[in-house]
Amino acid sequence: MKFDNYMILDFPSKSSNEAFARSAVACFAAQLDPTLEELGDIRTAVSEAVTNCIVHAYPDKLGNITLRCRILKDNVLDIVIKDRGVGIADIEQAKRPSFTTGGSDRSGMGFTIMESFMTNLEITSTPGKGTTIHMRRRIQRRQ
Amino acid sequence: MHFTSFLDGKKLTIALTGEIDHHCAKVYIQSIAAKIEAYAPEVCVLDFRDVTFMDSSGIAVVINALRNMAQIEGKLVLSGIAPQPLRVFQASGIDKIVEIKEALV
Ligand SMILES: Nc1ncnc2c1ncn2[C@@H]1O[C@H](COP(=O)(O)OP(=O)(O)OP(=O)(O)O)[C@@H](O)[C@H]1O
Ligand SMILES: [Mg+2]
Repeated sequence: MKFDNYMILDFPSKSSNEAFARSAVACFAAQLDPTLEELGDIRTAVSEAVTNCIVHAYPDKLGNITLRCRILKDNVLDIVIKDRGVGIADIEQAKRPSFTTGGSDRSGMGFTIMESFMTNLEITSTPGKGTTIHMRRRIQRRQ
Repeated sequence: MHFTSFLDGKKLTIALTGEIDHHCAKVYIQSIAAKIEAYAPEVCVLDFRDVTFMDSSGIAVVINALRNMAQIEGKLVLSGIAPQPLRVFQASGIDKIVEIKEALV
């Protein structure tokens, strides 16, 4: 795969890293000259995926999260967020709006938001092994 | 976390600030519940004008506030929502079940 630039982050599943991860990706994405709306969508989708690792993948321990961003040709931002946590048994069910295993302080809207804010969303998961979220967002070229 | 709120007759306005994510959502949920319980307003306005970022954790904040207000048969209104939080509300369909006033589009 041809790429123009990339960055990799590796961090523990502490909730204070949610803001760090979405800000780091937004800074990296800035080279594509996104609009404020595009940048907001990317920050939101990254926040959802990273929060899921912290809340669901490693429910009662700290684990490792790896985040990789690449710039692909045609102004595409490619993001992979990976955990080695509990995994998801039924991905179709997990994607359903309002489905949550998280109780009343979760709304079950994370995947719905990632799907509507990104051009592409791919979820792969093995129970007991972990989950990988692969998303892409094409940034419109501006004159 | 510190929230400014004021009571105008039976209307309670709570000003939310900063970035609402999972890291701080619990504090928002608990503080809003405590204020609604203390003042038992007929209308509760969550003022979003100083919210600079929100993800799905903010939806849970609103749904919990909606439940708190339903328990006392009151009404919840959201106001002053900036474009980024507004897109999150729209993607989740929350804008169809809660009244949103003067969104800052
Ligand atoms: N990385 C992950 N590891 C294990 N389970 C996950 C992971 N991501 C999501 N899930 C499962 O998928 C469900 C749906 O995720 P989604 O992000 O849509 O909603 P939520 O996290 O429950 O709530 P919200 O994102 O609105 O706070 C979760 O409740 C959880 O059961
Ligand atoms: Mg989630």
